[in-house]
Amino acid sequence: MIDTLRLTAEEAKRLLERREISGAELYDAYLAAIDERDPELHAYLHVVRDGGDGEGLPIAVKDVIGTRGIPTTAGSKILENYVPVYDATVTARCKEHGLRIIGKTNTDEFAMGSSTENSAYGPTHNPWDPTRVPGGSGGGSAAAVSAGLAPWALGSDTGGSIKQPAALCGNVGLRPTYGSVSRYGAIAFASSLDQIGPVAKTVRDCAYLYSIIAGRDACDSTTVDVPPIELPEATDLSGVRIGVPKEMNETPGIEPGVAAAVRVAIDKAAELGAEVGECSLPRSVDYGMPCYYLVAPAEASSNLARYDGVRYGLRVNGGDRIEMYEHTRDAGFGDEPKRRIMLGTYALSAGYYDAYYGQAQKVRTLIKQEHDEVFERFDVIVSPTSPTVAFPLGAKTADPLAMYLSDVLTIPSCMAGLPGLNVPCGLSEGLPVGLQLIGPQLSENTLFRVGYAIEQALGFDFVPERLR
Amino acid sequence: MTEIDRDQILHVARLARLALTDEEVERLGGQLNDILAAVAKVSELDLSDVEPTSHPLDLVNVWAADEPRASLPIEDVLANAPEREGDFFRVPPA
Repeated sequence: MIDTLRLTAEEAKRLLERREISGAELYDAYLAAIDERDPELHAYLHVVRDGGDGEGLPIAVKDVIGTRGIPTTAGSKILENYVPVYDATVTARCKEHGLRIIGKTNTDEFAMGSSTENSAYGPTHNPWDPTRVPGGSGGGSAAAVSAGLAPWALGSDTGGSIKQPAALCGNVGLRPTYGSVSRYGAIAFASSLDQIGPVAKTVRDCAYLYSIIAGRDACDSTTVDVPPIELPEATDLSGVRIGVPKEMNETPGIEPGVAAAVRVAIDKAAELGAEVGECSLPRSVDYGMPCYYLVAPAEASSNLARYDGVRYGLRVNGGDRIEMYEHTRDAGFGDEPKRRIMLGTYALSAGYYDAYYGQAQKVRTLIKQEHDEVFERFDVIVSPTSPTVAFPLGAKTADPLAMYLSDVLTIPSCMAGLPGLNVPCGLSEGLPVGLQLIGPQLSENTLFRVGYAIEQALGFDFVPERLR
Repeated sequence: MTEIDRDQILHVARLARLALTDEEVERLGGQLNDILAAVAKVSELDLSDVEPTSHPLDLVNVWAADEPRASLPIEDVLANAPEREGDFFRVPPA
């Protein structure tokens, strides 16, 4: 009997290599887990029932990532019947490593949201407590991994969509350095921010999946060469300098239980030999969210212009061609893409460009500089990933601004193109708390090292309590 | 920063090719004003001497070998077309 709730990708790989289980048995075990638990959780938008051939590990893929022959909707009605005719580079790299796509996971529409409640196909529920959100936008991938519905998954992160759901579901998620993973074939949201990354149960699984997808791709000219990825082994942190940005750990709205769990993790890091000191990122925290909500919608308004009913996706005919565009887009987009398209179009429009988009790009420079200065003194900075644990479904849907604040701690480093790793660090009110580790560009190996040591020292049990 | 009124909402919707219903104009308009009030915080800073960042990496002139590669087969290109005519996407007249 394969216990998919506990099985890590590393263990599954070992079992397959030793022929203790077959690829078909493994795949079927995940399908059985999906049949048992996904009717309640709704982590998947599409399950690949006949994908069991081969001896590689299954993988779940967020539905904003193109998969040849497998429907890819981005959680939107405008792509309800869209079936990609080519693979995204990350999909192709997974397949080259023998990985088998077991399904496409739920997401806020076009990855716009922090709870998956903006999915046109209904929300995903948190495996730790189904009355609560799994975070977003990659709530489907995070919930699938936590509930044993896939050994690991791919997500995408623009302002926190890998890290924040990983925090709320109690798993390990990496938002890689901007440019380290190809976005070719992924559905674009905000191109100067979008990154694809791994979601896993453990830091080592996360690092291994990152090593599969990372690296330069001729099809995405923003990609760069990535240093060899090391699977972490050391459990001490001697020589590592950890900065604790005051504002990111004391900002109003951080729940006391979250702050306490993060404090325990920081103390543990010091016990393991890390040098811990205070630092400051005042403008990044104050201006990060406003900056993000100008830059990301502006870029989204441009990227989403392609959904016009001409080449793929929904078409709603009107009288002439312009009316066809307008009716297609009104019928196909949900509220959140519409809000962001409107906001972005406005911020880019004549007379407002300098005050909004232009100014936000300058703020972005300040955020980058502030982080650069901190990394002269520290190797890694730490904070909570999310100020709160998973919140109840419906709690923030009526107030877009309240929802946007869910990402106040994940956004600043995204603006600076920095990698961020979420590592579970305890429970508050019976729900997972996530520790966010941020490093300089291309410092993933350091994040894995620190994350692994803390993970081993804390011994967090990633299986949701109610499923044990 | 000024509030955006109904006429501006309709203007922006027209630019974005969104045929919003009256109810959407009302609801999204209110929310947009709340969001704009929050993001206008960026104008508090005097950044006249600061260069804008459009992209977080310092990449300049990314070259690729000038070698032709196969394009997608035409049937694949048209596979998701809402309407086609021969090897073309069919659209209503302008």
